[in-house]
Amino acid sequence: MVRFLSVKALIGFTLVGLVVLVALFAPMFIPAERATQMVMTARLQPPSLSFPLGTDQLGRDLLARVMLGAQTSLLIAVSAVVISIVLGLPLGIISGYFGGRIDNVLMRVIDALLSFPVLLLALTISAVLGPNLQNTVIAIGVAFTPFLARIVRGEALRVVQMPYVEAARAAGTRDGAMIMRHILPNIMPALIVQATISLAFAVLAEAALSFLGLGTQPPMASWGLMIQASRQFLDIAPWTALVPGVALAITILGLNLLGDVLRDVLDPRSR
Amino acid sequence: MKSAAPLVSVENLRVEFKGEFGPITGVKDISFTVQPGETVCVVGESGSGKSVTSLSLLRLVEFGGGRIVSGKLWFRPEGGAPIDLAQIDPEEMPRIRGNQIGMIFQEPMTALNPVFTIGRQLTDGLRRHRGLSAEAATARALELLREVQLPEPARRLKQYPHELSGGMRQRVVIAMAMACRPQLLIADEPTTALDVTIQAEILGLIGRLKRELGMAVLFITHDMAVVAQLADRVVVMRHGELVEEGPVEQIFAAPKADYTKALLASVPKLGEMRGKPGPEPLRIPGAPAAEAFTHAKPEMTGPIGPILSVKGLTTRFPMRGGILQRVVANVHAVEDVSFDIAHAETLALVGESGCGKSTTARSILRLVEPTAGDVIMDGQDIRGLNAGGLRLSRRNMQMVFQDPFASLNPYMRLWKQVAEPILNFDLARGSELDDRIAFLFDRVGLPRDFMRRFPHELSGGQRQRVAIARALSVNPKLIVADEAVSALDVSVQAQVLNLLMELQAEFGLSYLFISHDMAVVERISHRVGVMHLGRIVEIGTRAEVFEDPRHSYTRALLSGVPIADPTHRMIKENSALKPLPSPIFPIGHHPARPIYDEVSRSHFVLQD
Repeated sequence: MVRFLSVKALIGFTLVGLVVLVALFAPMFIPAERATQMVMTARLQPPSLSFPLGTDQLGRDLLARVMLGAQTSLLIAVSAVVISIVLGLPLGIISGYFGGRIDNVLMRVIDALLSFPVLLLALTISAVLGPNLQNTVIAIGVAFTPFLARIVRGEALRVVQMPYVEAARAAGTRDGAMIMRHILPNIMPALIVQATISLAFAVLAEAALSFLGLGTQPPMASWGLMIQASRQFLDIAPWTALVPGVALAITILGLNLLGDVLRDVLDPRSR
Repeated sequence: MKSAAPLVSVENLRVEFKGEFGPITGVKDISFTVQPGETVCVVGESGSGKSVTSLSLLRLVEFGGGRIVSGKLWFRPEGGAPIDLAQIDPEEMPRIRGNQIGMIFQEPMTALNPVFTIGRQLTDGLRRHRGLSAEAATARALELLREVQLPEPARRLKQYPHELSGGMRQRVVIAMAMACRPQLLIADEPTTALDVTIQAEILGLIGRLKRELGMAVLFITHDMAVVAQLADRVVVMRHGELVEEGPVEQIFAAPKADYTKALLASVPKLGEMRGKPGPEPLRIPGAPAAEAFTHAKPEMTGPIGPILSVKGLTTRFPMRGGILQRVVANVHAVEDVSFDIAHAETLALVGESGCGKSTTARSILRLVEPTAGDVIMDGQDIRGLNAGGLRLSRRNMQMVFQDPFASLNPYMRLWKQVAEPILNFDLARGSELDDRIAFLFDRVGLPRDFMRRFPHELSGGQRQRVAIARALSVNPKLIVADEAVSALDVSVQAQVLNLLMELQAEFGLSYLFISHDMAVVERISHRVGVMHLGRIVEIGTRAEVFEDPRHSYTRALLSGVPIADPTHRMIKENSALKPLPSPIFPIGHHPARPIYDEVSRSHFVLQD
């Protein structure tokens, strides 16, 4: 178990570390022009010596774009998920823990929000706030909140029924302490899993918003934007989709592994 | 009982499970035999390997991640040569499982598939193994239900499992196991989840079927009293090893192994306390003999009122139905219950599942809100308190719960869990707090290095000690123990019971002790209240209730308890199922107030 855990942790840390390093340092070493410079004579080139990962439909270097896009994509995904946790966790816990009328009101609002497709919701928020990076993050974060709140509420409902919560209540524990000591630690595993999954969806949501002209503005690079742009050229230049796609897959795999590791580390039973 | 060819012969069976750090041996080189028509009881505590042994015979152990490493499992099918079930092709097993060997599981709630009717589940096996037509199978199923004495068998065939009570379901499970007339019936703790009166019915049924059909029974249990009532021969297991084997009379009269002796001594026996003045600790072999707690109830000086006084306590739960989820009826869980508990006294509430004893406990602490009645704790009206006042009142009343695995937070270190009540009331800080926790761990007999551990690292008995330490931490006047020893193995149960009695003598605690186990209640209590359908039907001192029971229900309860003595078999083979009355009443139903006959100054019996 311990050995297995460390293999998982090693791969997870390596993958996420790689992506984070690229996101942090690529802008220092690669001039921004590398990613926006259009070489009309080298459109949709397969990988070669001068363009190691090939070029896109405007002759831009995919390697430079994927490396510079890492920062944008990660920043948006992580910030959006943090926002959805900051909003959804308290809502879910209050709803599940206190129950009754509060729960009824909160959950009907959440259900109403859930009935909108996520993208439509994000699109509306983004359109109202105006298209820029910051508003995209807020839009995605808010659009993801109902899902998170629902999952947290479900877990809180489960934990509230556990005998140790009744035991703590019989021991005179106040609501605040109950939530911090008993509810929160026991819903952590579900929260971590949901958060890592949300990260992947946030990257894609950003792509969709960008495609509709509300997210990242061209010529700035983001993975989502690159995947969207490659759509028309899949048959003649599959690498244009593969490059950002693989980068995204590596990031999500790494984050999921780290999420698993974090969950195991937090669980005293696996120590 | 000796015959030349045994039906089952287990030879040097060894079963291993995959563990984190290499294989874990579940059963170590066990050998025993079962003769045709014989009842062999395999007895042991949790983790002894008794269930693994029985699952190996059915080759079901593989589905639980186990592996039969070595040994032979000879089984002699009807009119055939013995076959080694350990070597047989797993594909062949379904022909034997359920056909030649029947199995009854512990949990009658989960052993039946909730989405199929009883009839469908009964006829499935018959059609597969015996090739019966649909009509023939249904006719046979009806016959089987009559055989297990289920009332209205024709109607049952069309019903779903949730429409039946636990005892009825277990009868259906037995009918299923008997469907193909197996030569061997394996029963894994078939009565553990049932009430005593229903347990007696089921044991009687198994005994009768065995005799009538000449079937052998391999009965797995942890309960020595059940063994005494049922077994021809006994196999005692511990830590996957065979400790002792022999005829039942020999095991009970002259046990050879120390472990068997300890196991027998740990079982509280009903009637053992006859003529004793107060609660008395159990003798645990190997441990120094504890003295009787005759001094446990100090003479009261002056007119001190009861520590807890409950008057007319009533708790009803609404049942909702229909599309609008309106309240359609009420479950009368607790109905007009009154009693007092004196200082340093143990009042036991005893009764079968669903009688309202746990709800009474929870209503007193207001973990559920009572509908009516008064709860006066140490002069304070609990029902009149607001949320803040209620929280403060919990300093005086603490609770120990049934399930030691679920009542501790898996994510919290044990010292923190014990410290929680102290922190809640800000009773101690810093080194004073540390000293108090260390004292509590010492007092409940846990090593101090356990303080840094998490609950999963402890056994059930150790966890229950932590729960007791937590309840003690704020020096309460009353501890409500809700089935606090029911989930523990007998030897551990004895230790925890002794601990509770010691603590009472030391700190002058009062207990409200909720239990279904008459023998345990007889051990620990000063006074006893018998509950049935939400009411107390009889209340009095221990001697009065146990030695002079007046209410018919108390008598039925006492006569259902199996006695750990093979020379006193009291199980009747022809015990028909008694219908369970329901505590559900329409809205607005007000039951008549209970009227009690006074037998003596302390002994009251409900009028029918």
